[in-house]
Amino acid sequence: MNNKTKADLTAKSYWRTNLRLVAMCLAIWFVVSYGFGILLVEQLNQIRFFGFKLGFWFAQQGSIFTFLILIFFYAWRMNRLDREYGVDENDDEKMHDAETGS
Amino acid sequence: MDLRTMTYLAVGASFVLYIGIAIVSRARSTGDFYVAGKHVNPLANGMATAADWMSAASFISMAGLIAFLGYGGSVYLMGWTGGYVLLALLLAPYLRKYGKFTVPEFIGDRYYSNAARTVAVICLIFISFTYVAGQMRGVGIVFSRFLEVPVGVGLLIGMGVVFFYAVLGGMKGITYTQVAQYCVLIFAYTVPAVFIALQLTGNPIPQAGLGSQVAGESTYLLDKLDSIVTDLGFRAFTEGNKSTVDMFAITLALMVGTAGLPHVIVRFFTVPRVSDARKSAGYALLFIAILYTTAPAVGAMARYNLINTLQPGEVGSEQGNLEYQERPQWFITWEETGLLGYTDHNGDGRIQYYDDTNPEYAPIAESYGWKGNELSVDRDIMVLANPEIAQLPNWVIALVAAGGIAAALSTAAGLLLVISSSISHDLLKSIIMPGISEKHELAAGRIAAAVAIVIAGYLGYDPPGFVAQVVAFAFGLAAASLFPAILMGIFSKRINKEGAIAGMLTGLIFTFSYILVFKGVFFEPLRDNLPVNWLLGISPEGIGVVGMVLNFIVATVVSRLGDAPPTEVQELVENIRFPGKRLA
Repeated sequence: MNNKTKADLTAKSYWRTNLRLVAMCLAIWFVVSYGFGILLVEQLNQIRFFGFKLGFWFAQQGSIFTFLILIFFYAWRMNRLDREYGVDENDDEKMHDAETGS
Repeated sequence: MDLRTMTYLAVGASFVLYIGIAIVSRARSTGDFYVAGKHVNPLANGMATAADWMSAASFISMAGLIAFLGYGGSVYLMGWTGGYVLLALLLAPYLRKYGKFTVPEFIGDRYYSNAARTVAVICLIFISFTYVAGQMRGVGIVFSRFLEVPVGVGLLIGMGVVFFYAVLGGMKGITYTQVAQYCVLIFAYTVPAVFIALQLTGNPIPQAGLGSQVAGESTYLLDKLDSIVTDLGFRAFTEGNKSTVDMFAITLALMVGTAGLPHVIVRFFTVPRVSDARKSAGYALLFIAILYTTAPAVGAMARYNLINTLQPGEVGSEQGNLEYQERPQWFITWEETGLLGYTDHNGDGRIQYYDDTNPEYAPIAESYGWKGNELSVDRDIMVLANPEIAQLPNWVIALVAAGGIAAALSTAAGLLLVISSSISHDLLKSIIMPGISEKHELAAGRIAAAVAIVIAGYLGYDPPGFVAQVVAFAFGLAAASLFPAILMGIFSKRINKEGAIAGMLTGLIFTFSYILVFKGVFFEPLRDNLPVNWLLGISPEGIGVVGMVLNFIVATVVSRLGDAPPTEVQELVENIRFPGKRLA
C-alpha cells in the first residue's frame, strides 16, 4: 500500500496514462495485423522467415503471437499503474478472498 | 475395437464428465446463475472463455476454410483473435468494475434508459440465436457421421446434455463444464495435428512444421504446396483472392464483432477483480491461440494430403490421377454423407481435381483431356476427415468426434445462458415485473434457458434456409450495435441516451439492410453479391465496420445536440475507470 500523496497523482493523470498506454498497444495491434498482414503483405512476402513468406507468416501466426504479448503487457503495466496511484483493489474490499475458488 | 464403439466410448465418457461437473456446481442464487458468483479463477475463466468462444466453426470449419482459401483465410485467424486485444484493453476491465450481471444492463444503466436496454436485448437475442443454430447443426453433423444415428436423434442427445448442465448449473455449471470441454477439444485438435506434422515434415510442432521442409526433401512445405496447387490451376496457397479493402474490412468487422459478442463479454463478469479481468483476457487468448495457430498448419497439410491422394502421379500424365475404383476408405465414408462427391466428366474412371473456373488454365486442362473438375468437396469435412486421410489410428478419430461435440456444446451453452439471462434479468426483472423475488427470477432464468434450448434444437434440426447465410449478421450486428455503445459508454461522458439509441439503431438497421440486400433472407437477394455492386468494395461480411462508423458518428452528433447525461451517470462512468477506490 503506497498511498503516495503527490499532487500529480490525480484522476486525470491516471486516466491519461491509461489512455496513452492503450493507444500505444492499439498502434502495435494495428501495425502487425492490418499493416504487416494485409497492407504490406506483398512487400514483406519478398522476405523469407524460415519456410514462410514473412507477410503470410504475420497474417497467419505472427499477429496472433503479438496480440498475446500485448494483452499480458497491458495487464502487467496497468497493475503497476494501479498500485502507483493507489487505485488497486487490494486495499479496497477484500474481493480477492474468493479467488481461491479454483 | 472398431471405430464406432471407440467413438461411443469417447463421446459417452465426455458426457458423463460434463454431467458430473454440473451436479457438483449447481447454481443456488441468481448471482451463481448469471455470473458464477464472481468467484471464477482468472485462469479457469480464460479456459472457459476459450471453449465458449471456439465453436463448431472454429473446430470444424476454420482449418477447412484455410485449406481452400490459403492466405485469404487469414481474415478469420486475425479477426477472431485480434478482438481479444480490444476486449482486454477497452471493455473487460471496466465492465467488470461496473460489476452487475448482463451487457444490456450496462447499456441500460449507462444510458439511463429502458429503451436503450431493450434495443440491446434485441441485438443480443438476434446475435445469439443465429450463432446457436449453427452450433446445434454442428452437433447433429458429428453425431450422424461418427455415431451413425440420425441427425435428429443426435440433436436430441446434445440438447439433453446442454439442458442438464445449463439449466441446473447456470453460469456456474457452464463455466466448469467449459473448462473440461476446453481440455477435450484442444487435445482432440492438437493430437492429429502433431501426428500429421510429424508425418509430413518430421517436426512434431504443427506451428513450426508449417514453416519446415517436407520430410526427406529440401523444399519447404509451403513452397511445395504453392507449386502443386498452381499446377492444377488453383491460386497459390500463400496468395489471396480478396481485395485489400475487403480483407481489411472483414478482419476489422470480425475483431470488433468478437469484442461485442455478449456471451464472450459476460465471461469477464465472473472473475473476482478488475485486474483478473485484464489477465483473464490474456489467458483466454493464450488458450485460443493454441488452436488458432495450429489451424493454419492443419489447413495447409490437409490440402497437401488431399491433392497428393488424388493426384499421385505427374499432372497431365495418363496415369497421374487416382483411379476412382482405388479410392481410399475415407473417400467412401464421406461420399455416403454427401459431403464429398465425384462425377466422371471425361469418362476415364479417374478423379481430376483442378480449378475449372480459371480461364488461363482451361487450355491446359483441355490438352490433358480433362472435361471439368470432377470432385466436389465440402470444406467442413477437412478437420473431421483429416485423421482418416493421414491414416491415423481409430482412437484419434474418436477423439476428434468428442472434440467437435465439446466445441459445439460449450458455445451453445454460453449462448443459451446470455439469452436466458437477458430475458429473465433484463426484460422480466427490470422492465416487466420489477417486484419479482430472487427465487422466482432464478426459476424464470431456468425456464428461459429451457425454452431457448428447444428453439435452438429446432433451428439446428430444420434450419430455415437463412441460417447458413446469416452468420455474417452476428458479427456485423455486434460490431455495428453493441460494441460502439459499450465503448462510448466507458470512454465518453458526453454521449447521452438519445445519441446512444440513435447510434445503435443506425448501425443495426444499416448493417441489417445491407446484408439483406445481398444475401436475401426471406426473399431473393435484391442485388448480386458481387464486388462491383458492393459499397466501397466491402462485402456483406465486412460491412459491420461501416455500420460501426455510422454508429459512432450518429451517436456523437445527436449527443452534441442534446444535453449531457445526468450527473449520477457521469459519476458511474468516472467510477468504472478506477479498479479500486476512485481518485478525485
